[in-house]
Parts: sequence; structure tokens; C-alpha cells
Amino acid sequence: MSTDTFQPEVLVIDDEVQIRRLLRVTLEGAGFRVREAEGGGPGLAEAATKRPDAIILDLGLPDLPGIEVLKRLREWSRLPVLILSVRGQEADKIEALDAGADDYLSKPFGGGELLARLRAMLRRVQSPEEESNARFGDVEVDFARRVVTKAGAVVKLTPKEYALLRLLLLHRGKVITHRQILRELWGPKAEEQTQYLRVYMTHLRQKLEDEPNQPEYFRTESGIGYRFSGE
Amino acid sequence: MRMRHRPLRLMPDRRPDPDALLASIRRSEAKATRGRLKVFFGMAPGVGKTYAMLQAARKAHAEGMDVVVALVETHGREETQLLLEGLPVVPRKLIAYRGTQLGELDLEAVLARRPRLAVVDELAHTNAPGSRHLKRWQDVEELLAAGIDVFTTLNVQHLESRADTVRQITGVAVRETVPDSMLEAAAGIQLVDLTPEQLRERLAEGKVYLGDRAAVAADNFFKESNLTALRELALRLTAERVDKQLREIREDRQISAIWRSGERLLVAVGASPFSTRLIRWTRRMAYALDAPWLAVCVETPVPLTPEERKLLDENLTLARELNAEIVVVPDRDVAGTLVRVAQQHNVSQIVIGKSRGHPVLDFLRGGSLADRLIRRSGQIDVYVVPAEPRTGRSRWREWSLSAASRPREYVTALLTVLGVTLVGLAMQGLTGYTAISLFYLTSVILLGLFVGQGPILLAATLSALAWNFLFIPPIITFRIDKFEDGLMFGIFFVTALVTGRLTGRLRAQERDQRQREQRATALYQLTRAIAAARSVDEVLRNAAAQVQELFGARLAIFTEDPAQPGRLRLHPAATYVADEKEQGVAAWSFRNHKNAGRFTDTLPAAEGFYLPLLAGENCMGAMGVKPPAEATLPVNQRELLESFATQIALALDRERLRATEEAARLSRESEKLHRTLLDGVSHELKTPLAVIASAAENLADGPLVAEIRTATQRLQRLVNNLLDMTRLESGTLRLRRDWCDPADLINAAREMTADALRSRTVRMDLPAGLPLVRADAGLIQQALANLIHNACVHTPPTALITLAAGTDEAAGQLWFAVADNGPGLRPEQLDRLFDKFYRGDPDRAGGLGLGLSIARGFAEAHGGRVAAGNQPGGGARFTIFLPLEQPASVPPE
Repeated sequence: MSTDTFQPEVLVIDDEVQIRRLLRVTLEGAGFRVREAEGGGPGLAEAATKRPDAIILDLGLPDLPGIEVLKRLREWSRLPVLILSVRGQEADKIEALDAGADDYLSKPFGGGELLARLRAMLRRVQSPEEESNARFGDVEVDFARRVVTKAGAVVKLTPKEYALLRLLLLHRGKVITHRQILRELWGPKAEEQTQYLRVYMTHLRQKLEDEPNQPEYFRTESGIGYRFSGE
Repeated sequence: MRMRHRPLRLMPDRRPDPDALLASIRRSEAKATRGRLKVFFGMAPGVGKTYAMLQAARKAHAEGMDVVVALVETHGREETQLLLEGLPVVPRKLIAYRGTQLGELDLEAVLARRPRLAVVDELAHTNAPGSRHLKRWQDVEELLAAGIDVFTTLNVQHLESRADTVRQITGVAVRETVPDSMLEAAAGIQLVDLTPEQLRERLAEGKVYLGDRAAVAADNFFKESNLTALRELALRLTAERVDKQLREIREDRQISAIWRSGERLLVAVGASPFSTRLIRWTRRMAYALDAPWLAVCVETPVPLTPEERKLLDENLTLARELNAEIVVVPDRDVAGTLVRVAQQHNVSQIVIGKSRGHPVLDFLRGGSLADRLIRRSGQIDVYVVPAEPRTGRSRWREWSLSAASRPREYVTALLTVLGVTLVGLAMQGLTGYTAISLFYLTSVILLGLFVGQGPILLAATLSALAWNFLFIPPIITFRIDKFEDGLMFGIFFVTALVTGRLTGRLRAQERDQRQREQRATALYQLTRAIAAARSVDEVLRNAAAQVQELFGARLAIFTEDPAQPGRLRLHPAATYVADEKEQGVAAWSFRNHKNAGRFTDTLPAAEGFYLPLLAGENCMGAMGVKPPAEATLPVNQRELLESFATQIALALDRERLRATEEAARLSRESEKLHRTLLDGVSHELKTPLAVIASAAENLADGPLVAEIRTATQRLQRLVNNLLDMTRLESGTLRLRRDWCDPADLINAAREMTADALRSRTVRMDLPAGLPLVRADAGLIQQALANLIHNACVHTPPTALITLAAGTDEAAGQLWFAVADNGPGLRPEQLDRLFDKFYRGDPDRAGGLGLGLSIARGFAEAHGGRVAAGNQPGGGARFTIFLPLEQPASVPPE
């Protein structure tokens, strides 16, 4: 992505002035334009009037819970939203992701990680069309023919394993919650059955990862879900 | 004998009856906790029941069962005595009674000894006065309730429902009876049978009674005809029982081909000794049909004498003991009421006694009770059971006795007649003698409003005589010359009698009505008071006042002591102080969920009557009622007291629930407050740290920047540890458990400690196919990270750190281990490693000594544990154990 020709605008909604300043410094340094809002109400107003390209939203806002801001936003907009929260708020993060947030970041965060997430998010918005094949490491996936090869050899996947792989590849770089995967693959009644997922993920890693116990691509987002990482 | 004036109805539908199913479940539940009763059953004394019982007991003893002989009567029979040898015997309790010592079953001793099986002879025995229970079968009942199995013996004549039949057969009245329910609840019945000839032989040989008694017995009770009849009775009873058991098994196994007959019986109960027989008859039939039954008493306005009232109460009590539902309805129309009650309760058969009513009166009423009942019964069967030859007094005498009034009322009647006579004498000149009769009549009617029936009769008779003697010519004689005077006299006499009796009856009716109303009002008021009462104290004070007003009795309420469950304490609202003995009775009632004390068969010597406060399955305490010394307790009053007890129990239960709810609410609120505070502090500490850390990340690398980063990380670790510790200590830790992959947990912990591990060699030792574990991922990762950090701090930078996981199938555990090849642990450290603020190296700078303690806290919150030790090859090893659960299987594709 080139930052010379296109300067995306990011709206930061956070009540902590220090965090806002920190984000502004980091983002402007990377070529983003930044708007700030110190509460949920003003943030929503900004989002509606100024139409930014992405939003960074803190979950702990004093006037309106972050989750509420997100829900109201999602009533009319599909703008990419990155959630900021602290360690130990897994339940809130899951709720936000299920309510339509695109990704999350835990405080304290490194500048590099923040920018990588933000760029991945923007890229997904700009090129949402599906690819006909995908490649990571020595694995190739041909979506059209439903064929998966590793180091040239065909890997046999069960229909559910293939569906899981396809779902993760479709949302490359984005975290997907357990519930989202379970609903997609097993239907709404299986939303709590995380053990299904663990079992299938183990199979997938054993078939596709070089070191299944220390996976490189099929990453676990502890207590939240999975993320396919790898370009 | 019986009239069955309608063909059998079709079988009811064959749907499994939910009530029957429930009863069946209850039966099997009750069987599980209660002791099992085995009855050695025979037709008469001397058939060898005790002998058979002791043989069975010896066999159980030989098989290693804990058997004690609680009480056995050998009657001096040697062969029985021999069987007792070698069995442990609980000594009898000696009770002094009228100068002799009576040896009774020592219930306390047997309960304290708690054997598996107790042998108790002669179930029908009546205990000596001063024992806890009136009857031995009640002792046995308590043993069974305590979970002790019992062997016992019983003769057919002692069975409540058969006592009457036996009396008719043998002419001997049976006083010691055992309720049929006892035999029904028995797990096993063994019939000990002998032919009548054999038994008479044994009697002749002196094996049953010693000496002269044998000869006397042979001529009376042991007549061959008697024995044959008794034997048939015993055999039939056992057969019926087998039949019933078969039916129960069918219900248990849910073979729904045959369901209960759907019959329901009703017996009309009155104040007659004959009713007792009728009740037993109905009960036998109900048992044979496996049908529920009602005992209905229609209270007509005719007042009852105290003796009749007592008899009626006894009859109703008997019916209740035989498991009948009691219904008492006040109404004039006996036949109509019986039919109405029968229809309301879906009764299929009505049992009444053959009326011995007067032929003329019956004609006037439109037939005898049986006739009227049959005419109106419609679809209901009517059984008319004949009465025994009349032995009692005539109805007239009963009535005239019932009219017994206080002497003062007779004096009033006398004086009234005298007064009217004087007035009459003065007025005679003005009115003529005929009109004087009207004065008399008026006075008799007026009297009826104030005095009982006896005085009214007296007044009516005296008035008639005085009128005749003093006013009807010729005066000063009882002669009447003129025909119309005679007619007048006759009419006067009859009118006076009838009006007098009518007003008297009205008064009695009114009095009864008032009493009933008073009770209904009392119950209503209590219920309302309970609903409105702001506190239990208020409820209890109200109840005490009502009991005082209605029964003239004092009330004591015992509630379960919250500090010592199972023990009672007297509530301050009590209006009498129960001494230790009375409290013992209350405690018995509370423990056994049964009435006890005065008016009952359990500890009847007590001053008070004690009822358990039952709210559903929960017993909240006991209620004691202490009536005046001479008072009696009829069935209806007892029921009223039971209703009181239920109301009070419900109020207590509600209060208990409210208290629990309040405690839970307080704890929730305090937890919420705690959480808010913790979250606030957490936010305030973490936000600036996050800003520093994030800012430092963005600074260009340099020696000072690295220092800032290290210091920030240390501070973050400290803050996290302190917050984790606070969460653990405050008990506000809530696990968010989910199925986790052990490898994921280790990888996450490794990432969390990435900085510390940066320059280290780490080895992973994870076998394939580790099972999933249900855990809070965040907490277990933190615990593992703490162990890893601990290993990094306490080993030289060159040391190898191994992260491993595995399962212990036998213990059902998954373990995680963090091991190193560093210096290892010193023995004195081992015990205290996981203690709060314990630091292995006090000389080394930094660290609060919280990390390991937190790891232990998190592991224990999962029902797991931590362990530390040295490895065989050197170096320390810290392990976290978590319990394994079987996840629900994954559906196949």
C-alpha cells in the first residue's frame, strides 16, 4: 500500500488524553490523518459527519460503553473498527467482535503491531472480493478445485476441516471468535461447543503446520478465537 | 349381606396414572433409606414364630451381619432359649410399675448401638407406662426410621383390621392391635404355619404354655374350630399380600396392562361402637381393591353427649390411623350429604351400617337411611353392612341424658313456672282459665332461649300439671271433667313439649355453628395475620393469642438453632416455659416429623401436645400446645392445630428464604462494590503504564530506552501480580471456563514471557494427542507465565528451560511442568515456596514473592494443585495439575 497517494483518516475514540496523543503521534508518523473524540457520543457524531476510513475505539468510555457505540455504529455503517482494551477483558472483547468489530488490540501495545492491524483492516475493506487460491508457507489452496497441497503433495481434508480452513483464509489476519466459527460450521445450536473447534484445529495444524505444537499460521487468540496470520 | 345394585363399571382408561407412578417412586426411595421390616406371621401363639425368627437371625449373624437381640420372650421354652445363645443381647430397660419391675425394650440403647438388624419379639405388645411409646410397634417404627432392619413376630388376631373378626370367631376381645400399614410396609412376611392338630399337640406337650394354663387354653382359644378359622384368616391375609406385591411390581416395571381399579370407597361414620366395625370392614375392602377411602361424618344438629362425642372422635381417629381421608360436614340431610361428598370425591362405593331406626320415623322420613341413599346414589354402589344385635341404650334415653343441664337452669325453670302460676292466679278473674294456658306456653317458649332441654321439659310438664291442678275445673284436682278441657290440656302439653325441644335444638345448633365458625375465623385470622405480619415474631405472638383464646391453651414454638443444626431452641414468643423433659418431646417430634406428647401414643405423659412444623419436606421446628389439665383434644381441634402448625411453618420457611435471599443480595452487592473498586484501581494503574510502555516502544533504540522498557515491564508485572493476588484473596475470582488445547496455553504463556526468554534456550516437550482441558485460559496462562518467569529469575542465563505437559490417566489429571537444569531447590525452601511474599533468595534484589503463590491460587481455583521438587538429573521442576473432564463428543461428519 502506498501512503504517498492515499492518506487514510482514522478516528480515535478514547477518553484518556495520553492514549489519544500517543496514538496521534504513532499514526501521523505512519502517514495517517487522525481525528479525536473523547467520548462515545461525540465519536458517533464525528463518524457520521466526517466519514473516516477507520475507527479506533476504546471499550471503557465514561459516557457510553464502547460496545454500545459499536452497536449504534453498525446500524448504519460498515466502517472498519479496531477495539482497544486492557488484559483480562476477554468477555468484552468477544462481545465487541461478535457485534461487528473487525479486530482488537490489548493495551499496552507496540506501535508496529497497531499499524499492522490497521493496515490489514483497511486492505480487507478495499479488496473484499474472494481470491481463487491462497498460499502460505509450502501450502497451496485451490478454492475452485477444492484441492489443498503441502510441499506439492495433496492433503486430504474432511469437509469440515476444509470449511474451517476456508473461513480462516477468507478473513486472513483478522481474529474470528469461537462463536462465529461454530455458528458458521455447525449452526447456531453449537455456539458453546468450543471442544469441536479445538479438535478440528488440532487436525488442521497437524496436516498443514510444520510444527503443529508451535503453530505459525493457525494462531490461537487466547480465550477469544483464532486468527490466520501470514501473508 | 351386601347389596350391589349396579353392574360393574367398565375399566377406567389405561393411561399410567402419574400419582401411582409417583407413589411407586416414593416407595422405592423410602425403601432405600429406611430399615427393612420382616414379620414372622402366624395364626396363634405357639406356632413357632419366635423360633423361626431366631433361626433366621442366627443365620444372618453367622453370615457376618451385625445382629442384636433387642427383645425376645422365650416364655420359658427351652428350645427357644438355646437359639439365643451366642447372639448379642441388649439388656432390657427395667421400669418400676405398681411395685413390680417390668422389662421393656430399651429403645435408646438399641438406637445408640445402631446394629444392621435388631430382633424384636411380639410386635403387638403394649409398653409399660412411662416408656417413650405406648406400643412396641411404634418403637419398631422408630428403629426402621433410623435405618435399622428389624425382625419381628405377629399373630393375625393382633392386626387392627382383623381384630374384630377374631373377636367374632373366638369371643375373645383383642386389646393389643397393630396398624395394618405396619404389615403393608414390611419388606417381607414369613408365614409360620402349623395345622390345628399339630398346634393342639404342641399345646398338650406343654410346649406352648406351662402347667394349668395349657389346659385352660385348650378349652378356650385353642379350640380346633377357632384355630381352623384363624389359620384361614392368616393364610388369606398372606395371599392377599402376595397379590398386592405382584401388583406393585407391575407398577414398578410399568407393565400398564392392569392399572389400579380406580375405585374409591366412602364409609359413613357416626357416634356408635358399630362404626368401628364398619371402618375396619371398609378398610379391608379398600386394601383388597387397592383403593383410597374416605371416612365421612355428617354432623346433624342433634347434639351429642360427651360419651358420644368421645366415641365419634375415637372412630375418626381410628379411620385416620387406618389411612382414611377424614371429612366432617355439618348438615341435617345425612343421605344427601353422603351422596354429595361421594360425588365431589369421585367415590365409587359407599359403605353404611344397616339402620336400626324406628319403623314409623323411617316412614315419615321417606325410608331408612339405606333406602334414601340408594334412591339418590345414582352411579355409586351402596354397601349396607348389618349391625350387631342392639346392646346400647335407646335413642330416647340418650337424648334425655344429653339434655342434662346445670342445676341452676332447673331452678330457673321452676321459678318461672311458679311466677307464671302466681300471675295466673291473680289474673284468673279477668281472663278466665283458658287464657292462662297461653301465659304458660309463652313462658316455656321464652325459657327455651335461655336454658337447656331438660329444664324446658320440666317447665312444660310442670306448667301442664299446674294448669290442670289449679285452673281447670274442678280445681285442686288433676281430674278433668269436660271433654274440651281434656283436649285443651293434651294440645297444650304437646305444644309445650315440642316448642321447648325445638328451641333447645336451635340453641344447640347455634352453639355448634358458633364453635365451627370460631375455628374457621381463627384459621382465617391467623392466615391473614401471617400474610400481613412484618416479622416471624409477630406471627408467633398472634398464633399464641389465638391458641389461648380458642383452646385456653398455652403455646411454645421451637425453631431450629441456626448455630447448631438439628437442635431446637425456644422462641421468645412462647407463653409457657418448657422444661427439659418437654423439650425432649418437642425434639422427638421435630426429628421424626410426627405428633408427640399428650393425646398421642408417643411420650403421652408429657404435659403438652407437640406438632412438627412442616413446610413441605422441610421441618422448621416444633410447636407445643399446653391445654388445661382436664382438657381433651377432639379430632377437629387436632386438625385445626395441625393447620396452625402448617401456617406457622410456612411463615418460618418464608422468613428463612427471605434471610437467605437477603444474605445473597448483600454478598452480591459487596462483590459488585469490590469489583468496581478493583476495576477502577486496575484502570488507573494500568493506563499510565500502558502509555509509558507504548511510548517507549516507539522511541528509537538506545541504552536509556532499554532501561525504560525493562523498568516498565517490571512495574507492569508487579501491578498485575498485586491485582491478581487481590482478586484471589477477595474471593471475587470468577472462572470463565472453556475447552482449551494444552499446547495453546503453553504457547500463550511463552509469548507473555517472550522478553525474559529472549536469550534463553527453551525446549518444548508436548506429546501428541493431549486431551482438552476445561479451564480459564487467561488464568492458566498467567500461572504458567509466573512459573516460567520464576525459572528465568532463579537460574543462570545459560540454563535450559523445559516446558512440558502430559496426562496422569489414573488420577484423571493433566499436568504442565516448567523445569530447568539450574541449581535446584534447597530442602528448607520446599515447604514455603508457594507461600505469599516468600522469596527464595532474600538477598537478590527485586520481586515481592507473589508469582508462585498466584500460580497456586489459580490452579486451586480450577480444583487443581501445584507441586515443586528437584529433578533426578539436577535442577528444579514446578508442576501444575488440573483435573480432566470428558468433553462432549464431537459429532461425526
